[in-house]
Amino acid sequence: MEIVINLAYLYSATSFILGLKFMGNTQKAKSGNLFAATGMLVAIIATSYLVINQDPKVENIIILILVLLIGTVVGRYMSKKVEMTAMPQLVSLFNALGGLSAFIISLNELVINFNNDLTIIFKTVVISGIVLGGASFTGSIIAFYKLSGKFNKGNPKLLKRVSQMLLIVIMILSISIITTPDFTISSVITIVLISLFSLFYGVLFSLPIGGADMPVLISLLNAITGIATIFSGIVFNNPIMIVGGVLVGSTGIILTIQMCKAMNRSLKNILFGVQKGAINTSNDTEIEVQQTSTVEVSSLLAFSKKIAVIPGYGMAVAQAQQACYELQKKLIERGAELTYIIHPVAGRMPGHMNVLLAEANIDYRYIKDMVDVNDAMEQFDVAIIIGANDVVNPAAETDVNSIIYGMPIIKAYKAKQVIMMKRGMATGYSGAINPLFGRSNCKILFGDAKESLVKINDELKNI
Amino acid sequence: MQNQFLISDIDGIYVLIFSILLGVEIIKNVPAILHTPLMSGANAISGIILIGGILQLLSAEIDDYTNIICSSTAILLATINVAGGFFVTHRMLSMFKIKRK
Repeated sequence: MEIVINLAYLYSATSFILGLKFMGNTQKAKSGNLFAATGMLVAIIATSYLVINQDPKVENIIILILVLLIGTVVGRYMSKKVEMTAMPQLVSLFNALGGLSAFIISLNELVINFNNDLTIIFKTVVISGIVLGGASFTGSIIAFYKLSGKFNKGNPKLLKRVSQMLLIVIMILSISIITTPDFTISSVITIVLISLFSLFYGVLFSLPIGGADMPVLISLLNAITGIATIFSGIVFNNPIMIVGGVLVGSTGIILTIQMCKAMNRSLKNILFGVQKGAINTSNDTEIEVQQTSTVEVSSLLAFSKKIAVIPGYGMAVAQAQQACYELQKKLIERGAELTYIIHPVAGRMPGHMNVLLAEANIDYRYIKDMVDVNDAMEQFDVAIIIGANDVVNPAAETDVNSIIYGMPIIKAYKAKQVIMMKRGMATGYSGAINPLFGRSNCKILFGDAKESLVKINDELKNI
Repeated sequence: MQNQFLISDIDGIYVLIFSILLGVEIIKNVPAILHTPLMSGANAISGIILIGGILQLLSAEIDDYTNIICSSTAILLATINVAGGFFVTHRMLSMFKIKRK
């Protein structure tokens, strides 16, 4: 009996590890995902079989099958309905559900074992599961609402102070409950307080982080759910829960680090630091821009050989991906060479822009990461910037006083000609002034990105 | 019931440490283009927490309503996470096809 379960778990663990490994390869990623899914199924079946075999209870089995079915149907429905632009929201929402689940399971395990003699390790692990699960749940819910554009930052300085104090209170309460030998009525109150404070902490943790730091927050919350899962795995002495939790935790932490690097900010600064106000030395000097028209842009594109397209979240907001694909087809027919250049934090979660381009049928072979082309930007005859701003802002390299100073940028300004598609003269998400607008090789095409692209496509037919 | 599962504490520590080392090695090589599906796939795997819920639910006494309600709710939430995560990852990855010229 035991050997069967062990083999089943071995299969699950292997499938998770290999599944994630395959997900690093565009050719195998799809089968990797399916492989990991079979591992999940095997783990569920094996675990249920083990318990049912020891002590079958028909009612509980029926409930289990019901909730598994309902959960699958609901999950499938949500995954089918979601727009690709809303992917960060969906991932946050799923993460919230996982966190809440860990929270409930840890709390329930504590209640079940309430009258038993509990070891310090057991108590530590269970309390950690409650705190992390609860914080991950409310944190992800706040992230979900922020991504849907329903919250603003509040007062970050105050929120970060309060959340730090709350964290200390949670720690003190947790230590007191862990070191209590016998549970009494006051322990119950302490546990309830820890649970409530953890939920509240998640809110305070997520609220002040915003805007361009969103990819970091999402990765981090994902990691926290993973770590909560590890703690639950230790509670149940269950290897597959530990392995699964570790893989999720590693993914979240590595992506968090990579996102921080991409913005040249430390995690400590994002979480606890207070961002300096936007001091723009060039604020007073009016930048004179050169406007251009769709006619001019289309004739420029028609006679360019090497073209770089730099998409930002603004392109997704304007739903211009499809029009961009049409433009790509036309230009390639004319013999031009097209390259999409993606900044690591383009979009609202790691890799988001790639998914949006893939949805518009844009072949990933045309897509390059910033680091791979940045040293050779001079080769491009034209760089078209669609709905991006901060990620091409040369102030990050030159202006020590700029809020984004030090952030790696796509060196679009080195291209022979730069075309920026913009709605108006507003600044990017960071609020930093962009001196690129005033450069002699930069022209601005005002208007909705989608409409402009459609017009350019029409003009190209006549050239 | 204490779920004396299949591993001892020291085995658990081995599993923990080796999977951390392995996880870091695998994931750090994933290219940026696949970061979103990687994250939603990993997110689906985090739903493995439902195993804990299953252990609680299946060993709950019939009249232990709090336990049954808590554990089945937890399983329901985690199942949405698992199923939704794998389905949406599949949907995303289906878009990353190489198109014929």
